[in-house]
Amino acid sequence: PVSIIVFQEMEDKVISPEKAEEAKLKARYPHLGQKPGGSDFLRKRLQKGQKYFDSGDYNMAKAKMKNKQLPTAAPDKTEVTGDHIPTPQDLPQRKPSLVASKLAG
Amino acid sequence: NKTQSHSRGEYNVYSTFQSHEPEFDYLKSLEIEEKINKIRWLPQKNAAQFLLSTNDKTIKLWKISERDKRPEGYNLKEEDGRYRDPTTVTTLRVPVFRPMDLMVEASPRRIFANAHTYHINSISINSDYETYLSADDLRINLWHLEITDRSFNIVDIKPANMEELTEVITAAEFHPNSCSTFVYSSSKGTIRLCDMRASALCDRHSKLFEEPEDPSNRSFFSEIISSISDVKFSHSGRYMMTRDYLSVKIWDLNMENRPVETYQVHEYLRSKLCSLYENDCIFDKFECCWNGSDIVMTGSYNNFFRMFDRNTKRDITLEASRENNKPRTVLKPRKVCASGKRKKDEISVDSLDFNKKILHTAWHPKENIIAVATTNNLYIFQDKMN
Repeated sequence: PVSIIVFQEMEDKVISPEKAEEAKLKARYPHLGQKPGGSDFLRKRLQKGQKYFDSGDYNMAKAKMKNKQLPTAAPDKTEVTGDHIPTPQDLPQRKPSLVASKLAG
Repeated sequence: NKTQSHSRGEYNVYSTFQSHEPEFDYLKSLEIEEKINKIRWLPQKNAAQFLLSTNDKTIKLWKISERDKRPEGYNLKEEDGRYRDPTTVTTLRVPVFRPMDLMVEASPRRIFANAHTYHINSISINSDYETYLSADDLRINLWHLEITDRSFNIVDIKPANMEELTEVITAAEFHPNSCSTFVYSSSKGTIRLCDMRASALCDRHSKLFEEPEDPSNRSFFSEIISSISDVKFSHSGRYMMTRDYLSVKIWDLNMENRPVETYQVHEYLRSKLCSLYENDCIFDKFECCWNGSDIVMTGSYNNFFRMFDRNTKRDITLEASRENNKPRTVLKPRKVCASGKRKKDEISVDSLDFNKKILHTAWHPKENIIAVATTNNLYIFQDKMN
C-alpha cells in the first residue's frame, strides 16, 4: 500500500511540522486531491448554504423548527414525505387493486 | 450609558434590534441566512448614529437615535392620546417637552439589495463619507449611501470558465485618507491595491503585495493557512495589517515584496494542522484590529486573544472568560506550552478548547478600552486605572 512507502521515506530526512501533518493527512485520506486550493475546493466554498428542494420544503423545515411542540399525527413508519427527496426504495409498496384485473388468470 | 472620556462607567446594552431576517432564494433553492457578517459605523454627523450591517446578500443602513423627551400638554389631546372634545377646552396652554426614560430607536434607512451573486464578506466606508464598497467572493461593488437602486462593479475576478477558479476575494477595505484607493485580499495570501482613478473596472491592480514562499516548504496546507481572513489599514494609512491562519503581518504600502513585520499568533498549531483540517477549524476567519499604528490585536482559541506592540516588540496573551477572571481584577497573562514539560500555569496545546474561538475584537478609537467577543459573550476590558 502507498502509505507504508511514505513512512519509510520519512525516516531518512528531518521533516518540518507542516510536512509531517501533511503526511498524516495523506495517510488517512489517500485519495485527497493534489491541489487543495483548486477549483473544487473553492467552488464548494462559493456554494455554501443549505439547499432545499423548493420553497415549500424550506417553509416546512422552518415551521418544523418553530413548532416543535405541536402535536403530530401518529407517525406512520412506512410513510416518507417532507424530510428528503424519496427514492423508489423508500416508498411503500403499491397496494394491490381491490378489483383484480379481468385479464388475470 | 455613554461614558465620558474620564469616567470609568460600566458598559451596558444600549439597543437591540433585528437587522436581517432569513430569506429564501427561489431561483437557486438556497437559504439566505440572517447571520450578520460585518458591521461598520458611519462617521457621526448629528445626534443619531448610523451603521451599515450586512448578511450574505443584503446591506442595510440603520439609524439609531435617542429619544429622552416627549411633548406634553397638548390642547386637543389627552396625555394618553385620546382626543378631547373641543367644546370642553376653555383655556389654551403651550405644549412643552418633558424628560422621559431614554428610548433608543433603530430604523432601517436604506436597503442595498440584489447586487451580489456570491456571499458578501466585507463592507467598507470611503473617506469621502458618501460611498462605500461591498465585496463578495468574486466581485466588489461601489455604492452611494443615498442610492439603493444602483451600484457599480469595480472588481470582477470571476473567470469565464469556473473550472479555472483558483482564488477568491476574502476581505476589502478603503484607504482611510485616499478616497480613490482600496485594497482587497485573497485566499492565496495576496493583497491587491487598486486606484479607482485608473479605470472604471479595477481588475488590474496598482500594487500587488505578496510574500515570496519557499517552494521546498510547500505542503497541502500552505495555501489554506495563507488565506487572508482580514485586512485593516492603520489609522495613518501608511501601513496595513493582514491576518492569516497562524500570523499577523504588517505591510508598508510602499513595499510590495514582503511584510515589514510578522507576528506569530499561535505557531504551536502548525503541528496540529491535520486535526484542524479535519474539524474545519483551519477555515476559521479571525479578524484583527489596530490601536492607532502601534499595537495590534487578534483572537485565538481557548478564548485567548493576543496583542503585539510594534514598538517594544512585546506581546501578550490574555483570556476572556468568567471562570478564570473575576471582574475588576487585572488579567493574568497566559502562556501555551507547545511541547515538552509544561510549566505551572501554562496550558498545553492538547488541552486548548477549539470551540472557544475569539474571531472578533475591537479597540476603542480614543481610549484604551477593548471589546472581545467569545462565542456567547461580549467582554469589555479597560486599562488599569493608576
